[in-house]
This record gives sequence, structure tokens and C-alpha cells, in this order.
Amino acid sequence: MESRTTSRRTFLGLSMGLPLGAALAACGTSGPAKPGGGGGGGGGGAKATYWFLSGPPGEPVRTAAVERFNKANPNSQIELTAVQNDAYKTKIKTAIGAGQAPTIIWGWGGGGLRSYVQAGQVEDLTSWFDENAAVKDRLFSGAFGAATIDGKIYAMPCETVQPIVLFYNKKVFEKVGAQPPQSYGDILDLVKKFNAAGIAPFSLAGQSRWTNMMWLEFLFDRIGGPEVFQAVFDGEKDAWNNPAAIEALTKMQELIKANGFIKGFSSVTADSNADQALLYTGKAAMMLHGSWSYGIQQAQGGDFVPSGGLGWMNFPPIDGGKGDPSDTVGNPGQYLSISSKATPEEKEIAKKFFTSGVLDDQEQKEWVDTGGVPIIKGSDSLFSGSKDAEFLNFVYGVASNAKVFAQSWDQALSPTAAEVLLDNIAKLFQLSISPQQFATNMNAVIGK
Amino acid sequence: MSMSATTAGRTSSAAPEVRGGGVLPWLAVPALLSFVAFAVIPLIGVLALSFTSWDTLGDIQLTGFDSWWAVLTDPGLPHALWVTFLVTAVSWAVQTPASILIGVFLAGHQRYRELLAVLYFIPLLLSSAAIAITFKALLDPNFGLGAGLHLDLLNQDWLGEPVLAFSVVIFVVSWQFIPFHSLLYQGGVRQIPRSMYEAAELDGAGRVRTFFSITLPQLKYTIITSSTLMVVGSLTFFDLIFVLTAGGPGDATRVLAVDMYKRGFQANLMGAACVIGVILVLLGLALALLLRRLGGRDPGASQLEGT
Repeated sequence: MESRTTSRRTFLGLSMGLPLGAALAACGTSGPAKPGGGGGGGGGGAKATYWFLSGPPGEPVRTAAVERFNKANPNSQIELTAVQNDAYKTKIKTAIGAGQAPTIIWGWGGGGLRSYVQAGQVEDLTSWFDENAAVKDRLFSGAFGAATIDGKIYAMPCETVQPIVLFYNKKVFEKVGAQPPQSYGDILDLVKKFNAAGIAPFSLAGQSRWTNMMWLEFLFDRIGGPEVFQAVFDGEKDAWNNPAAIEALTKMQELIKANGFIKGFSSVTADSNADQALLYTGKAAMMLHGSWSYGIQQAQGGDFVPSGGLGWMNFPPIDGGKGDPSDTVGNPGQYLSISSKATPEEKEIAKKFFTSGVLDDQEQKEWVDTGGVPIIKGSDSLFSGSKDAEFLNFVYGVASNAKVFAQSWDQALSPTAAEVLLDNIAKLFQLSISPQQFATNMNAVIGK
Repeated sequence: MSMSATTAGRTSSAAPEVRGGGVLPWLAVPALLSFVAFAVIPLIGVLALSFTSWDTLGDIQLTGFDSWWAVLTDPGLPHALWVTFLVTAVSWAVQTPASILIGVFLAGHQRYRELLAVLYFIPLLLSSAAIAITFKALLDPNFGLGAGLHLDLLNQDWLGEPVLAFSVVIFVVSWQFIPFHSLLYQGGVRQIPRSMYEAAELDGAGRVRTFFSITLPQLKYTIITSSTLMVVGSLTFFDLIFVLTAGGPGDATRVLAVDMYKRGFQANLMGAACVIGVILVLLGLALALLLRRLGGRDPGASQLEGT
């Protein structure tokens, strides 16, 4: 649940006043600090290492899963290092680059994983999954897309699924006498209606850029289907010039010009959760955001979520569009890879952990308690009795019924292309470049 | 024209003693070592990396001038240079007059002025990141100061409009650094001999005339020092801008240092980031040398004449 937000926070490398100094510092901390705990039953057996994000709600769940594994397997111990959220992406990258990677590498799959693969740093798990079909079959099949690079699987999907959801404030809808949108046409009507009532139609944290990207992801899919972005991902020349892409970009700017988003959205950031506050305080009527936002609104919105003020739905279809209305985007899961530099014994331990440790019954239960949906087929049976059952069932339904569960673009692309993408998205939303200029700028970095 | 300040007298009397002994070179060794280790060697590394392509993961590949070519032909570079120049020039033009006036005011020995001086230096104690986060919260168009006080004037899209965002950056930078430069000027003013003011008073010069004919010329070297710090410092503004606007909206406040970070650590193009690093170093050196030249002769030498 927090993984998405925290992955964003890595952009806020506050400590990196001097990039050079940061690079030096990162080189200096060659390995993780060894926690003393592992010294128990190991008895000379090999030890695998495992780095992941610290902080609630994920850290306690991850730690508990490893502790259970270590207890059950006295001869195969896993040594944990929880790395602080902000520093994780840079630190793991530096460690891998320096040949100091942990045995088990926690990550987001997609473009980041591709760069590890290209550098030959992670194990190909395809044949292992073929031999251990049971491990693969119990997981959402949609979760494997972001773990698959050029037809081979390089990571074990784990943890929870996080689709992007259209949230809305039921109380505001009631006040204005409006119904949730059934189509994109409805959205345009609602924009007029809410603007007339002095309420912003959509909340948006424009300064964070990836928040804007979620809009494009849905417009592209609903208008042209998943193939449009897939062509970009596959490195097809001039893929952004697809008429569907241009139409989506044009519609995007039209919505901005029609005051679809809250005034001053370019000053709002997602890190401070101000966009979500706009929704639960009723200053905005709707918001496109990751499913993790549910937990944030519940924690910070006071009475809003418990009193049934929060509504949610999948993004509606666009008239005449090709995309399937069941399609969604977001984080299909989190991912565990095995370092190719690890010893055979360490790799064995990691695989044993993948088979018997990852998402065992207890871990699934704990994820549900944090408001997350584990990527296990049938995990919805765990939702009954949870106060969030309604939302959890919705997310489970979206994730398991989606014809295509696309990965967020910035995670799917290489870091280089993702940075150019976010940059151009910011300019598109500023209306400082036209849809065609956007396409031209983006075509220049296809395949990079 | 007399150019002296009391420090000049002190240094000139102290210098010969030290020069006489052979200890001086050895005293410089620790500073020199740390300078070589933490400035020269990384600088060589940056220069070397600028001729490579490296994504921080794979092997470092020698690619000659590829990174240079990529950066120099990127329309983003002239833009970043222009923004950097604007930030430098405008923040200098705002800070210098303000700092001089405040410095002159605080140089008086009245009680209330000393109290004000203490209060006034508080921004110096805060980190740039903390200042940026605070201002960001205050300027939030929906939950910030304007919304809280119901003042429509304050309720602007402060960080979302290119011109406003740029002005906010200049304002926050000035808010943070004017106290520091005022401190420099306060010290400078206090070292101007009182006798000069007494003489001017006898000649019947008013306050304004005294300021322009005595205070300002006497502050010449303080102005050069303070300007050098400002100009070279504003070349490397990173933390404040990065937290406040992250170079946005669009690329309206993307100065070279932010551009370097984005290329290196977000887009994983270390070669290109190092090219910008080299450009920054060259620019900084050139500007520092230029400012020294502007001072006429070598400040160290010229301070010896007079009184």
C-alpha cells in the first residue's frame, strides 16, 4: 500500500544537496549493516540477504514473514535489512552497480527491472517457474507482466495489487444532485455542473507529475486500447504519433481548459496528501488516485470514510473508444528478484523462500489488515469481517477481472525515458506544449 | 582617496611575523589534503565520467564526446543556463541593496537595533529544505495562508505559474540569505573609521550624502566579497528549488544544478550529469575571477594603502 507513495518520495532526496557527495556516500556504505539477530540456528549454513522498504504498514508484515521462514528453516536463514523509503531506489541501484546486491532484491518490476536485466544482474526465473507451476498458479496472472522482460520472467510477484481508482465524494454529489459518471461524456457534464456550484470537479496534485500521468494512462487505454502504449513500450518507431494518442492528449488539454481540475493544481503535491485532503474536505468532487489512497483518506479524513462519504469506481468508458472498460492501470504487484551474483546456496534459500515463505496465509491476513489486497487468487475470502471489506472486494474485482492490468508508465519505462515522460507531461498540463509537440518529444526517446 | 579598514592594519602587521618562520607551509597541509581529497579528486572523476555513458548499474563505457554532444545540442541546456543566469542576476539585484541598507541600519549600536539584529538572523539557522517545505505549505493555494486568512491577494497559484514560481524562488532565496549578507555589511560598516563621518559632518554633509560618499565607497570590498558569495552560491542552488518547485512548473525554474540532479539521479544519465557538473565548475570559476577583476587591483594589496 505504501510502496507507490514511497517510491515517489524517493524523488525527494532531501539529503542530496550535493549529488556528488551523495554518490560518494552511497559508494561508501558498501554493504548493509548486519543485524545481529541472524546468529541463531544457522550453524554455519549459508545466509541469504534481503533488502526492502522500511516503515509502516509494509515493514512489519515483511519482517514477520521472514521471521516465520527463518524459524521454520533453521538451516536456511535470511538476513533482513530494511532500508529507509527515501533512499531505497538510489541505494539498491548503487549496491547492484557495485556488485554488492543482496540475494533478494525487492522492487517495482518494469523498466527498473529491465535495467537490472540488461546489466546481467538478476536471475532468469522462467524455468524455475515452469518447474514450480504451483507457485505461479496461485498468483494473479496479471502480476507477471511487469516481471517479464522479453518473454522471460525475472522476478517473483509479491505483496499487494494497487490499481488506480476514480474516487468521489458522495456527500458533494448529493449536495449538487449529481450521479457518478457512466461515460467520459458524463464527466464533461459533471465538470460544468460542479464548476457552476463552486466546487472543483477534480482534485489533482499537479506538481508531482505522476498524478497527471494517471489521467493519460486511462485516456490512452479507453480511446485506443492497451496497444497504444504497448507500442511505445516495445520501442516501435514514432509510436506516440498514433492518432489515438494524439486524440487522448488533445482531450486531456480540453479537460484542463474546461477547468476540470482544481485551480492552482500545479502547486499541489501528492507527498503532502493535499490532493486527497481536497476530496475529503469537499473542495473537490472527484479524484483519480491509487488504491492506497483509501488508507490515507481513512487515516486523515476523520469521519469521511467511516461515514460512507467516499465513493469509488473504475474509470468510465469513452464513447467510440476501443479500450475495454474493465482495463485498469497501476501497480500489479511488488517484485522480488534474485541477484545473479549470489552464491548457489543463497539462491536456493531465496527460491525456498519464494515457495514457502512469500504470501503464506499469515502474511496474506496481515496485508488485508493494512487495507491491501494480496495478489493471491481467492484472497477475497479473507475480506469478510474486515471493516474495509467493501473497498477490498472492489479492488479484488478490478484486479482479477481486468482484461489488461497495465503497469504505470513511469515504472514500465526505463528511468531515462520515464524522466522525459514526466517532464513532458508537466508541460502538457501547463499547456505550454501542444499534443503534437508532446508526441515528437516523446518519440525521440523511444527505446532509450 | 583613503581605502583603509582596520582589518587591513591588522593583517599587515601580522603578516611579516608568520612569513619569517618556516611553519606556514605545514599549517596549510591539512586544508590542502582535504581540498585534494574532497574537491580535486572528485572533480577529476566528474571530468572523466563526462566522457563516458553510465546508467549507474552496468559497466562504465567510454563514449568520448557523446555525452557532451548530447548535452550541448539539447535545447534544455540553453534554457537551464538562462534560468540560472536569471536567478543569479535577479537574486543579486534584490539582495545586494536590501542587505546594504539593513547592514547599515544594524551597524548602529542602539539597543533596539541589536535586538532586531538577533531576531533578524533567525532564518540563517534554518536549513534550506525546512524553509522550502514551510513556504510550500504557506503558499498552498487551497490550504495555505491565503485560504486560511481569506485573503484573495495571497491566494495565487504561486508555484504553478512560471513567473510567479520564479518570483517565489527569488523571494525565498532572498529571505534566507539577506540576513547573512547584512551581517557581512554590518561588520563592514562598523570598521569604517568614525573620524571620517565626523569630518563629513563638519563639512556639512547630510545623511544621504554621507551614505553615498563615505559608506558605500568604503564598503567596496565587502560588496565584492558578498557578491562573489551570492553569485557563486546561486549557481549551485539546489535544495531549496528542488523541494519548492522541483524545477517546475514545466521547466520554468530548472536551474543547472537541478538539471544535473535530474539527469544523473532520475534519468540515470551519469555522463550527461557530469558534463553539466563540469560546465557549472567552469562557470563558477569564471564568474569568481571576473568579480575579482571588477574590484580593480588585487583586494589584498590595495587594502594596504590609505590612512
